[in-house]
Amino acid sequence: MLKQSIENLGNRTIQGVWRIGFAARFFVAVLLHSGTAFRRFGLTIREMYFTGVLSLIIILVSGLFVGMVLGLQGYETLQTYGSEEALGVLVALSLVRELGPVVAALLFASRAGSAITAEIGLMKATEQLSAMEMMAVDPIARVVAPRFWAGVISMPLLAALFSAMGIFGGYLVGVQLIGVDEGAFWSQMKSAVDFEEDILNGVIKSVVFGIAITTIALFEGYDAPPTAEGVSGATTRTVVTSSLAVLALDFVLTAFMFRGLG
Amino acid sequence: MNKTVLDLWVGLFVIAGIVALLFLALKVGSMSAVKTSSSYEVVARFDNIGGLKPRAPVKSAGVVVGRVADIRFDNETYEAAVTLRLDKRYAFPKDTSAAIMTSGLLGEQYIGLEAGGDPQALKDQDRIFLTQSAVVLENLIGHFIYGKAQEGAPQ
Repeated sequence: MLKQSIENLGNRTIQGVWRIGFAARFFVAVLLHSGTAFRRFGLTIREMYFTGVLSLIIILVSGLFVGMVLGLQGYETLQTYGSEEALGVLVALSLVRELGPVVAALLFASRAGSAITAEIGLMKATEQLSAMEMMAVDPIARVVAPRFWAGVISMPLLAALFSAMGIFGGYLVGVQLIGVDEGAFWSQMKSAVDFEEDILNGVIKSVVFGIAITTIALFEGYDAPPTAEGVSGATTRTVVTSSLAVLALDFVLTAFMFRGLG
Repeated sequence: MNKTVLDLWVGLFVIAGIVALLFLALKVGSMSAVKTSSSYEVVARFDNIGGLKPRAPVKSAGVVVGRVADIRFDNETYEAAVTLRLDKRYAFPKDTSAAIMTSGLLGEQYIGLEAGGDPQALKDQDRIFLTQSAVVLENLIGHFIYGKAQEGAPQ
């Protein structure tokens, strides 16, 4: 009984290390075989349609509502201190620095990441990837790399749209509904939000999240057991792992970026 | 899947993303409630403007009548020269006074205009002579403590 559990633990650890090593090798292979993704940019554009354009609705609507909630909640709190005009600063900074990149990445992971895993996993299960290899077409260059770059390009754009939409939502609730002074809302926001410190760091975050999510999603799909059960398990793992990775990476990046501000 | 339609959508997506980035970067810099064409500018000089910032509201009787257009430091008089952009619809007498006030205890600062009794109205590029600086909390507390100490001192 005890021996059995120790054996299981050891086996799991070895499996985990093996998977991490394979994932790292996979990531390097994707980067090395990216040439096709740029030479035949049509392939990447096609994937950008599926990962980026089709994620627009959920990103825009969520951004609007997150911004509106921030406007309401922020007003409630700021009102206590008589500084309702700082609402613009609160909404903009929380969106640009944190909520924009992180929530957009979480939505992206569940909307696009899961689809990528399911697609690649099914391609593997139906032996389409092996068929490509038989025809001397490298599946990593032809299938995986365009999806990787499409995700990496789409993610910062989606995060920026999320933030912009959120600020608009905060404006709608704060200025139009509650009646915070419009000039103070924008001017305080403008004077408090720094381009490099806040906006550029937010963009860097979303690029890192994009790399993490697409790599995890592609790897899980590529590594999925070629059965229906295996693909469904891989899809679930993609969402769980990439969401956790986004949150953990966010903490690390924030610690590096805003260390001097704390 | 029609190739051109797909390209169009992706193009729109990329453009929308870049526009959103630009919006964030420029932070709606052109959003000004008072347009230049329908406004006039007057200058007020203050000894101390406290935490006043450009684009802060200018209020009279609590109503927003303009915005702070520019704040400069005058190196000759060692005063702050604040340019106020007022709405053309509102005319103020020449002896109007300007004071820097705070909305709420910790709120942002704005300029309050108190109309005088002069028959002539302020014109573009005129100067407001009667000004009252921002209240600096440290000075107030200093005065208060000083006053208390004086009270307790033996006559």
